[in-house]
Amino acid sequence: MRIPSAILTLVVGMALVLLGQWVANDVNLLPESASVNAPVYDELFRVLVAIGTMLLVGMTGVVIYSLVRFRRRDGDTQDGPAIEGNLSLELFWTAIPAVVVLFLGIYSYDIYDRMGGMADLNGHGMGHQAELASVRESGPEDENRIWGGIAPAQSSGDVIPVEVTALQFAFIFHYPEQNITSGELHVPTGQTVELRMKANDVIHAFWVPEFRIKQDIIPGQPTVLSFTARKAGDYPIVCAELCGPYHGGMRSHVVVDEPESFATWVETNTPATLS
Amino acid sequence: MTIASPPSPSPQPLRLQPTGWLRYFSFSLDHKVIGLQYIVCGFLFYFVGGALAGVIRTELATPISDFVSRDTYNQVLTLHGTVMIFLWIVPVVNGGFGNYLIPFYVGARDMAFPRLNAVAFWMIPPSGLLLISSYFIGGAAQSGWTAYPPLSITTPAMGQILWIVSVLLLGGSSIFGGINFIATILKFRQPGLKLMQLPMYCWAMLGTSILVVLATPVLAGTLILLSMDIVAHTGFFNPASGGNVVVYQHLFWFYSHPAVYIMVLPAFGLVSEILPIHARKPLFGYVTMVYSIMAIVVLGLVVWAHHMFTSGTPPWMRLFFTIATAFIAVPTGIKFFNWIATLWQGRLALNSAMLFSCAFILQFVFGGITGVALAQVPFDVHVHDTYFVVGHFHYIVYGGTVFVIFASIYHWFPKFTGRMLDENLGRLHLALTFIGFNLCFAPQHWLGLNGMPRRVAEYDPQFTLVNQISSVGALLMAISTVPFLINVVVSMVRGTPSGPNPWRALTPEWLTSSPPPVENWKGAAPLVHEPYGYGGPAGVVDLNQASGRDLWRNEP
Amino acid sequence: MTTITPINSPSATGGEAHDHHSEHGEHPDLRMFGLATFLVADAMTFAGFFAAYLTFRAVNPLPPGAIYELEMVLPVINTSILIASSFTFHRASKELMRGAMGACRGWLLLTAVMGMAFLGGQMKEYFELPFGLTDNLFASTFYALTGFHGLHVCLGALMILIVWAQAAQPGKFTPQQHFGIAAAELYWHFVDVIWVILFALLYLL
Repeated sequence: MRIPSAILTLVVGMALVLLGQWVANDVNLLPESASVNAPVYDELFRVLVAIGTMLLVGMTGVVIYSLVRFRRRDGDTQDGPAIEGNLSLELFWTAIPAVVVLFLGIYSYDIYDRMGGMADLNGHGMGHQAELASVRESGPEDENRIWGGIAPAQSSGDVIPVEVTALQFAFIFHYPEQNITSGELHVPTGQTVELRMKANDVIHAFWVPEFRIKQDIIPGQPTVLSFTARKAGDYPIVCAELCGPYHGGMRSHVVVDEPESFATWVETNTPATLS
Repeated sequence: MTIASPPSPSPQPLRLQPTGWLRYFSFSLDHKVIGLQYIVCGFLFYFVGGALAGVIRTELATPISDFVSRDTYNQVLTLHGTVMIFLWIVPVVNGGFGNYLIPFYVGARDMAFPRLNAVAFWMIPPSGLLLISSYFIGGAAQSGWTAYPPLSITTPAMGQILWIVSVLLLGGSSIFGGINFIATILKFRQPGLKLMQLPMYCWAMLGTSILVVLATPVLAGTLILLSMDIVAHTGFFNPASGGNVVVYQHLFWFYSHPAVYIMVLPAFGLVSEILPIHARKPLFGYVTMVYSIMAIVVLGLVVWAHHMFTSGTPPWMRLFFTIATAFIAVPTGIKFFNWIATLWQGRLALNSAMLFSCAFILQFVFGGITGVALAQVPFDVHVHDTYFVVGHFHYIVYGGTVFVIFASIYHWFPKFTGRMLDENLGRLHLALTFIGFNLCFAPQHWLGLNGMPRRVAEYDPQFTLVNQISSVGALLMAISTVPFLINVVVSMVRGTPSGPNPWRALTPEWLTSSPPPVENWKGAAPLVHEPYGYGGPAGVVDLNQASGRDLWRNEP
Repeated sequence: MTTITPINSPSATGGEAHDHHSEHGEHPDLRMFGLATFLVADAMTFAGFFAAYLTFRAVNPLPPGAIYELEMVLPVINTSILIASSFTFHRASKELMRGAMGACRGWLLLTAVMGMAFLGGQMKEYFELPFGLTDNLFASTFYALTGFHGLHVCLGALMILIVWAQAAQPGKFTPQQHFGIAAAELYWHFVDVIWVILFALLYLL
């Protein structure tokens, strides 16, 4: 008995969707998610993995099927059918990817917005453009301009500011409110931290894989990165931009504490002579 | 460059140019000689780049920096990237196959500017040697192939300057080649041959050359400014003197993103030539293929800042470049669906050329999927500058373009030499390369997702096993060139004679002897209106869905 | 590699190659097309510089005291000379088309002299400017842009002098065959147009 090809296609399609869902949800490709942003990121990641798996497995299947099913037997010198195209098929595989890609773009914009990426960096709304135009006359007060990154959202409440200085080949963290300077970053869970980052020599990048965030630290162009940790632990800080011979060794740690132990850490490390 | 002087009687040809093997070392004006010069020269540099990759993978077999010094490691990775891009892939897919095939396809005896063509080729070996020699005189550049300032300003100047000079020369060579291709394709066609009758590779090369002419000069200008920063201590890109490093990144990627298409579009064209012949079917959707190439060219010029999502870019810029980049997937996807439709119901010869092309399709699809993912800002923010990106672009340029180069060599070797390559060795080469490649680069995606940045000589011990798997894959890839080399050398001497047209192909390069005579055809050039006119007689196959044939014809 | 067919090539002797198949005579002269394509590439180099300049200007504040009012008299004279030289070249072409080689050469020489006058004026301006190459970002960009353009003018003047010298041979250029002069003219107009944009961006904006 011959099974109609429409039914076969349907079954294959459903199998692909299930496979995509399974890979996306049950195969763990990411490190621990330790910041409030990370689960949001992972949501996007799962969607991308699901779509990608379906497409890759589907196309691989079709190619392998064609290679086996349509292979030329020895001595066969006939040609295949003279099909030069099919307008409805072309429209189909132009429209579907366009819709998928547009959906992904809008969806990832939404994700980025939820991660705080669309928050205004310099805090003066749309006046930013005008500011660009007049920067030539505005002189040195513009040194505090933020050039890129993720700024804390308005609603994030009490923000812990930390000044980050990157240099060949180390990060230095300075807590201006407590006047603590440290080689590793300590943050409490549940509270937004704003890193104000400057580089002394060349471009570096601040990356915590478990937080799913990265931002270049650019000499002459201060950047900002904010995040809220949610799981206590000790996570690596990695420099991700080639910065010289010891680039691979430019590492540090971010220690995420429960708020109480963070308070203790602040207390023990605050310099005694605080005027 | 005189091509239009009145036809002179030319009684006895003057033999000023060498005619035997020596002509491959001469300033030959024959487009076929120049094409082979590009291909062989590119292969030699491929071995240099491969050896450098070997150094990288050996260093990364252990988590500590113990094989070469850290400075040397950065020089090696810089040279590896530069050699592979500027001396292997770009010259071979553009200059090599372009020079060999384009005059055939437009029905001409040579390129539009034969002398410029030879000049363009002969700029490559000296600049390549200059680049490599910089390693031995004071050390090569150490700032990666991207040469981001201020690192490129602060690392030893000698190597960086030699790098800049070399890349400028190679860019110049590329621009001369691009001008030549544009003139040849648009203006040098045989009378009666319409643009929409050209083989797809011509369209790919036209698109590529447009990108070369529009984008490469911007890189040249940028590198001139960078060299002024290094030599004359100006401050364009030096924040210490009030400069702006991000401007360099914009200008650099304005060239270097289109550079990806400069490497990949010709490969698309070559695959479009190979598949119909070995599937015995017309190329599916010729017109959409042409439009999608042009769409890729246009979009390719406006997506560069997706390389800078973690840099100093304002949010609105990130959004625009996400959408634009992701949309490149649409025309690219069209091409892949069309190729699969070309295979469908064909009579596929499972030879090395076909199998390498199919491996290209699978690997490029994977690279494309990770590419669409990378276009999404939040995704990119996590994996930017990690091994995920390394894996991604090797799937594009190696799994994509280099696989096509091998497919093309299996396909056109009979034309080059008049002898067939051995199919068994060819399939062995394919198997080793396919397994080695995927073993080497697939695990790197996981490494990047889990915290290993790129361009490092040392890494966390937890990544050791996966890195070792990757290094084993690299070793397999190195070994895979052995059967290929044996095959080429032995077949050149003792291979089965191929005859003029072993594949029963319809494109014009096959309608002459193998190897072709100096001016391509002994008689008049054939006028090929239907380069893909394969197809069984009506009635043999079910033509119910094949209403397209009339639709896609230009003329009734 | 084996060669099946006997080599029967006209081979390369000073550019007269590749003509022994009659259909080659039918191909148009593509050198102007090639030059035009090259000028598109060259224009992109300038476009890159202009983009860099405009971006620097928009986002990089200059240190106090680094903003200059550029002296306008000399540049305006210079600009007029360069624009006028495009018209003198055009006049040279017209004379060529009439077959008046003597007049053509005269106008060519005048164009070259005007080009060199422009370069002289540029030099004078360089010496009188209150800033040096490495003083600040604006200064560096100013010298880079005008210098790169100056190189083009220099090359263009040289090309004009070469065709001027070649035109002394009778029959070298005819109203039908005059690639050298046509190429130099196209290039000269290109250099002129670039200068107008450059002048507007650097001096007027």
